[in-house]
Amino acid sequence: MDLLLGAVVLGVLLGCFYAAVSVGLSVSFGLLDVPHVAHPAFLVLASYGVYQLNESYDIDPLLAGLAITPLFFLFGLLAYRVYYETFERRGSDAAVRGIAFFFGIAFIIEVLIILQFGVDQRSVSATYIGKSWRFGEFRIPIRQLVAFAVALALTLLLAVYLSKTFMGRAIRAVAQDEEALRLMGANPVRIKQFAFGIATAVLGIAGALLIIVAPVEPTLDRAYIGRTFCVVVMAGLGSISGTLIAAIILGVAESIVLTLFGASWAPAISFAMLLGVLAVRPQGLLGR
Amino acid sequence: MKRRTFLGGAMAVAVLGQGSSASAQQPPIKIGMSMPQTGGLAGGGKASLLGIEIWRDDINAKGGLLGRKVELVVYDDKSSASETPAIYAKLVDVDKVDLLFAPYATVPTAPIMPFVKQRGLLLMGNFSFQVNSKVGHDMWFNNAPWGPADSWAASFLDLAQKAGGKNMALLTADQEFAQNLALTARDVAKKRNLPVVFDQVYPPNTVEFSSIIRALKAAKPDIVYVASYPPDSAGILRAVNEIGIGDDVKIFGGGMVGLQFAAVMSNLGSLLNGVVNYNTWLPEKSMYFDGTKEFFDKYTKRAVEAKVDPLGYYLAPFGYAMGQMIEAAVNSTKSLDQKGIAKYLRENEHKTIVGPIAFSADGERKETATLQAQFRGVKDKDIEQFRSSGKQVILFPEKLKTGDLISPFEAARK
Repeated sequence: MDLLLGAVVLGVLLGCFYAAVSVGLSVSFGLLDVPHVAHPAFLVLASYGVYQLNESYDIDPLLAGLAITPLFFLFGLLAYRVYYETFERRGSDAAVRGIAFFFGIAFIIEVLIILQFGVDQRSVSATYIGKSWRFGEFRIPIRQLVAFAVALALTLLLAVYLSKTFMGRAIRAVAQDEEALRLMGANPVRIKQFAFGIATAVLGIAGALLIIVAPVEPTLDRAYIGRTFCVVVMAGLGSISGTLIAAIILGVAESIVLTLFGASWAPAISFAMLLGVLAVRPQGLLGR
Repeated sequence: MKRRTFLGGAMAVAVLGQGSSASAQQPPIKIGMSMPQTGGLAGGGKASLLGIEIWRDDINAKGGLLGRKVELVVYDDKSSASETPAIYAKLVDVDKVDLLFAPYATVPTAPIMPFVKQRGLLLMGNFSFQVNSKVGHDMWFNNAPWGPADSWAASFLDLAQKAGGKNMALLTADQEFAQNLALTARDVAKKRNLPVVFDQVYPPNTVEFSSIIRALKAAKPDIVYVASYPPDSAGILRAVNEIGIGDDVKIFGGGMVGLQFAAVMSNLGSLLNGVVNYNTWLPEKSMYFDGTKEFFDKYTKRAVEAKVDPLGYYLAPFGYAMGQMIEAAVNSTKSLDQKGIAKYLRENEHKTIVGPIAFSADGERKETATLQAQFRGVKDKDIEQFRSSGKQVILFPEKLKTGDLISPFEAARK
């Protein structure tokens, strides 16, 4: 019983972390329909940025994550503009060719990281890494609590931004009906570009969480492609609160399986759950 | 996930060697090999190659082999098993090399074994694990200190049982090397009637080990045998530090890959304390033989320029030793005849900078020289500390031993 309770608690923490690394994709893929398979590569790149700041200037990883956020926003604007000009503008098979484009970007990022940092693992140091909180026999790693709190705040903030602010609602509008938005005199491409910038900026913080939770290495992005897309699709495309719920469900399920049934089954969980959800509710948990 | 590299068509051909006027008339002796210089095994591959290059420079400074200079023909195999068969075919048929060294590690070596057996070629193995056990090639000689297949698990379990361990937990990566270790560990445990109370195989890509360590702790094992790969070793040790592993555990570690490399050790710092793990060479007084110190003096200088592992304990001296064995065999047989060299290698004991080496019929060491060592007094973020003795105390083998096991694990961590 204790084990099960522990697994659920650790699962919720892990789930919130999954939400943080997926929420950007929920905007770029879920709302904007951009086949952004380089999302996890951007995430790992952000982790290396955080590592560099932490290593060279001893800046706390979370602050470092915050510091690179504006850069990632600009990076997102640029990436979308290139994607738009070279693929999206040219017609209907943009999505298929777009996948190739983003795969290419992911590989380039991976190679650049290897050239700059080498193939070794990198990790950061902070006072909350390596310690745990005790409740009797039960211990929770503080790094996971930090990741949980930040991830929760990040996801909620983004949900509020998208539903309450003018720009947020414009982003939702462009996802629903681009043509209508154009008729209202707004430029859907600029809004999408801005939204892609936001989705990429969020990765600054998510990348910090990634390297706080575990060491990173250049090819780590491949471990996250499946998980992040699974969370976003299971959530219902574009639903930020759905992303949080789906990620927590995934985290708890993984953690229970890891604890009680054996680690070999864990990777199958995300896809089994995805198939289950899609069979019963094709639009996802909180889909449109 | 299997690592690949995308430095694509840039297969780097490095033909290394120096000509000199004295031996200009005689063609050089070419030694061919592939080596992982990109991809997941690159860290080890580069260090291993540097060890071999230092031997080449030393032998050439002494006038070469049979009065001819030694030249290395090296291709990057990108850590991939699919690259090596073509590379070795090219080395033999196009480059016409005189002798072959194997690439670092099991995975790139395994697919070239049938080729060398079919062609009857001598192959000096470079840290593979049990690649010849089923092939049975009689011209294979592994430079690694592994020895008989079960000695690795047996030595760890010997220490554990002496410390009072009565049952075992096994945590292993779902990957060939780790599974080979796990297999022998299960066999040895069975022979000794040691119950296995926890046996989990975790997949590559496991992000978070807290849940696994909690489950392991709940099984209350005395002995924890871990066979992990570099990306996971750090995650496991971190989770052990945070979640705790229980006071029952007498000994922890055994087969954690990664804890031999400077970058990983410096990353983990004090988390390493107490862990008993395998290694191949350590800066302890029992490990210095003829030429060892001189080798590391050269390695330390060149590692900076080559941007490879600054310590280089795990692979580099064995690369050098591989060259020393060839040097002895060629000089004694006074020829490059591969059968003659193989016969010499099989029948003699060879003096090297990593100690005496003698081979059994399968081309592995007659006796294991794989160390089991315990990390002690390690501080955070300091690579230099690992150059001094006492940070990794050798517990096994007996003749190289420099200290006794501190047990239980929790006490050793302090």
